[in-house]
Amino acid sequence: MEAIKTEKLTKYYGKARGITGVDLAVEQGEFFGFIGPNGAGKSTTIRTLLGLISPTSGAASVLGKDIIKENRAILENVGYMPSEAAFYPGMRVKDILRLSADLRGKDCGGEAAALCERLKLDTDRKVQELSYGNRKKTAIVCALQSDPALLILDEPTGGLDPLIQREFFDILKERNSRGTTVFLSSHVLHEVQRNCTRAAVIREGRIIACGSVESLANTGAKRVSVRGGFEPEALPDVKDVSRGDNTVSFLYGGDIKELLQKLAVSGVEDVNITEPDLEEIFMHYYENGEGAK
Amino acid sequence: MILFRHELRRCRTAWIVWTAAISCFLAISIFLFPEIASQTDQINEMFSQMGSFTAAFGMDKLNFGTMTGYYTVECGNVLGLGGALFSAMLAAAMLSKEEKERTAEFLLAHPVSRARVVSEKLLAVYAQVVALNAAACVVSVGSIAAVGESVPWKELGLLSLAYLLLQAEIASVCFGVSAFISKGGAGLGIGIAVLAYFLNMIGNIADPVKFIKYVTPYGYCDGSEIVSSGGLDAVKILIGAAFAAAGVAAAFIKYRKKDIS
Repeated sequence: MEAIKTEKLTKYYGKARGITGVDLAVEQGEFFGFIGPNGAGKSTTIRTLLGLISPTSGAASVLGKDIIKENRAILENVGYMPSEAAFYPGMRVKDILRLSADLRGKDCGGEAAALCERLKLDTDRKVQELSYGNRKKTAIVCALQSDPALLILDEPTGGLDPLIQREFFDILKERNSRGTTVFLSSHVLHEVQRNCTRAAVIREGRIIACGSVESLANTGAKRVSVRGGFEPEALPDVKDVSRGDNTVSFLYGGDIKELLQKLAVSGVEDVNITEPDLEEIFMHYYENGEGAK
Repeated sequence: MILFRHELRRCRTAWIVWTAAISCFLAISIFLFPEIASQTDQINEMFSQMGSFTAAFGMDKLNFGTMTGYYTVECGNVLGLGGALFSAMLAAAMLSKEEKERTAEFLLAHPVSRARVVSEKLLAVYAQVVALNAAACVVSVGSIAAVGESVPWKELGLLSLAYLLLQAEIASVCFGVSAFISKGGAGLGIGIAVLAYFLNMIGNIADPVKFIKYVTPYGYCDGSEIVSSGGLDAVKILIGAAFAAAGVAAAFIKYRKKDIS
C-alpha cells in the first residue's frame, strides 16, 4: 500500500494555478524528497493531502485513505510540519506541545521530552519569544512526538543551525529505519540528495521528474573542469560556464567522445570530469523542464 | 472539550476587560440613581421637550424617577450596546482569527473534524456571553441593594434575559460571518452590532418603518415595552432565533469545506 498516492490531482485558486495533474506514488517506509523552487506547488500539494484545501479535481489517498472522505483518520497517523510554523501567542512551548498531544488524544510527554533534549528546545519559553529556528524546533516536536506512521515535512530546516539540522536528520533516519514514511519537501537539494531514496521534482504545478535520487541526478551531464586554453562554447549542450585564472568549468550534456576529441586538440594542461550534484542538475537541466522523464 | 477550554483561555483577558468595564458602567449608573431621583421632575420635563430623541431611547414611556425606569434606560443602553459589541467582536473573530494569526494550519493538521472546531468555538462564544451577563446581573443587583433601593426582580430578570438573547443572536450572526472571512472580523462585528442598534432607533422614531423592530434584535429588548407588558415579544424573539440559527448553520456549512489560507 502506498503511503501517498495522487492521481491527476489538481488545485486552482480561482483562475490561479496551484497544481495541475499531479501523479505521485510514495511507498510506505520510503524517505521521499519533494523538490521544487518556491511557488512550484509543493505546499499546495501537501495542504491538499492534509485536507486544508480541497482539490479542484483528481483523487488522492494517504495511508490508503481518501483525502476527502477520511481526512480525520488520515490526520491521526500523520505528523505535519508546516513551512511557516505559527503558534498561539501567550502560550509556552510546553503548553503548545501538550495541546498538540491532547488534540491527538495521546500522552506524548516522554517522547516530547526526549525530542526537546536532542533538539535543545527550552519548553518554558513563550512562543512569541522564540527565534525562527526555535519555532521550527517546536513544530518538529509537534510533528514527531506522537510517533506517526507518516511524516510530512514542508521546508523543515530553515532557521536551524547545522548541528541541529544534523540531529534532526538523524532523528528522521531513526524513525525511517523503524518504518515511518518520511515525505520531505524542500528546495535545498543537497538535503534531498543526502537523505532521500526517491524524489519527485515539481515545477509550475506539474511533476516534471520522479524516480530514485540517483536516476534524477543521472542526466548524462558531467561537470568538466579544464586548466589551460579551452573554449567550451564550441561544444553543444554546455551550461553553467564559469572561468577562473587559466581555468574553465562547465556542465556538459553532449557526446563524451566529441568532448574528448576537442580536449585532445586544444592546449589543455589538466582535466577533471565528475558527476554533478543534484543541485547543479536541478538548476541547469530542470529549470526549463528539459530533464523531464 | 479541549478546544472549548483552549478558547476560554485565549479570550480570558478580553473577557475580563469587557466584563469589568460593563460592570463598572452599570454600577456607576446605579450609584448615580439617588441623585437623579431627587431631580426627577426637572429630568422628566427635560425629556418631554426632546421630541423624537426621547422616543428613540424609549424614554417617553418610562418614569426616570423609579429604579425600574432608570435601570431600563440607563443600564439597558450600557448592557445592550456594550454587551452586543463584545459578543459581536468575539464571535466575528472566532473562526477567522485562526487564519489571521496563521494558527489554522497547526490546528487543522490535527485529527479534529471541522464540525468539532466550529462546535467548540461556538460554545466558547456562548459561554463567555452568558458569563458576562451573569456578572453584569450580579453587579446590578448588588449595586441596587447598595443604594438602598428594592430590586425590581421581575423587570430586571426580563431585561437581563432579553439582552442575553440579543447578544446571543448577534454573536451567532457574527460567528456565521467569521466562517466566510480570513482576516480579523472585529470591525465587521462592531459594524453589525452598531447597525442593529441604530436600526432599532430608527424604528422607534419613524412609524412607516416600524417593521424594522422585527429585524433588529434590539426590537425585543425595548425596555419600555418589556416593563409595560411584563413579558418578552415571542414573535420578535422567534425571528431573532431564526437569524441566529441561520448564522450558526452558515458557519457549519461554510467552514466544513473552506480552503484554509
